[in-house]
Amino acid sequence: MSTTPNRPSPSNWLKWFDPRQREIGTWAFILNRITALGLTLYLFLHLIILSQLAGGEEAYQGFLDLIRNPIFVFGEWLVIIAGLIHGLNGLRIGLTSFGIAIPYQKQFFYILMAIAVAGGLYFAVRMFAV
Amino acid sequence: MTNQWTLNLLVYRLKGNGAPHYGSFKIKANPDEYVLDLVERIWAFEDRTLTFAHACHHSTCGACGMRINGVEKLTCITPVHTVAKDGATVKVEPLRNFPVISDLAVDMGSLFRRMEQVGHRPVLELADEPAEPGIMRSQKAEDREIIRLADCIECGLCISACPIATTTPEYLGPAVLAGAQQSGIQNNRKLLALIDSQNGAWRCHSAFECTAVCPSNVEPAWRIMDLRMQVMSERIKNWFRSGK
Repeated sequence: MSTTPNRPSPSNWLKWFDPRQREIGTWAFILNRITALGLTLYLFLHLIILSQLAGGEEAYQGFLDLIRNPIFVFGEWLVIIAGLIHGLNGLRIGLTSFGIAIPYQKQFFYILMAIAVAGGLYFAVRMFAV
Repeated sequence: MTNQWTLNLLVYRLKGNGAPHYGSFKIKANPDEYVLDLVERIWAFEDRTLTFAHACHHSTCGACGMRINGVEKLTCITPVHTVAKDGATVKVEPLRNFPVISDLAVDMGSLFRRMEQVGHRPVLELADEPAEPGIMRSQKAEDREIIRLADCIECGLCISACPIATTTPEYLGPAVLAGAQQSGIQNNRKLLALIDSQNGAWRCHSAFECTAVCPSNVEPAWRIMDLRMQVMSERIKNWFRSGK
């Protein structure tokens, strides 16, 4: 029976990202995981970028010129989106953990994600407008 | 004339160390029948080796939990027409997050042991129940004598639906935490320590799937959140006590 695929195990982590037949709460869970991973990766990239300062002004200026490339700007926009989704969903988790709005957690999630989308659009206009 | 649908039931099969696979059974069904009736008919007329658990047929024993088309259901109260249409394929699988014993039967021993560990009471004095949103409890002394069965029937659907239970065998799980909330963690330091541990109330990541699949209105997610507040309250009280 050790071969059973149903046994709980850390190796099942990919199942976290399977939303089929699940409720909106699973989407919130998945988005929170993905954005958390993305933001953690960004934190390390950010520290690497800051370490360029140690190479002197020229090295840092060269790096700044590189990240003005539209691909890097798009990456920064993704960071903002991830921050909005993770932060706003974190607000939902924090408030429901204190017993606030538990019966309305789905509606709460929809409203907060609408705010995240609006914020994403605002920053897209600001960052990509010629 | 009785309405008859033709359904294709894909039933999860696993025996011993063999490879899991799905058995296909074409079956006539009345749309108002329950899914458990179909599983029983397969066992009675198609394949006597099919293993599954059931007992009461009226959602009291909690034995017949399965996944129907990927969603946890108590099959004895799940009408066919709510999960299928005429000619449809219906996938029947065992609950997740419990080791499969054989086919659709799973070993729920971990759930039962943990329910005992947290002191879950299957029978309650009505006045002792923790308050729930929108429910007023009687304060009359004579009502303390009223007892009733607890809502939780220990069917395990919530644990099957929980994404954290999928990856963390040590996580107590929604039903157990709901049982602890019902027991009350005040004045029970051992239980408080268990609930306040890394595999207790804080491990929940608020997917609310437990509440979505619960067939008995236990609302495990709400109870987990209530436990968190109780834990915080106890921590603050202890902080003041330790300062004296």
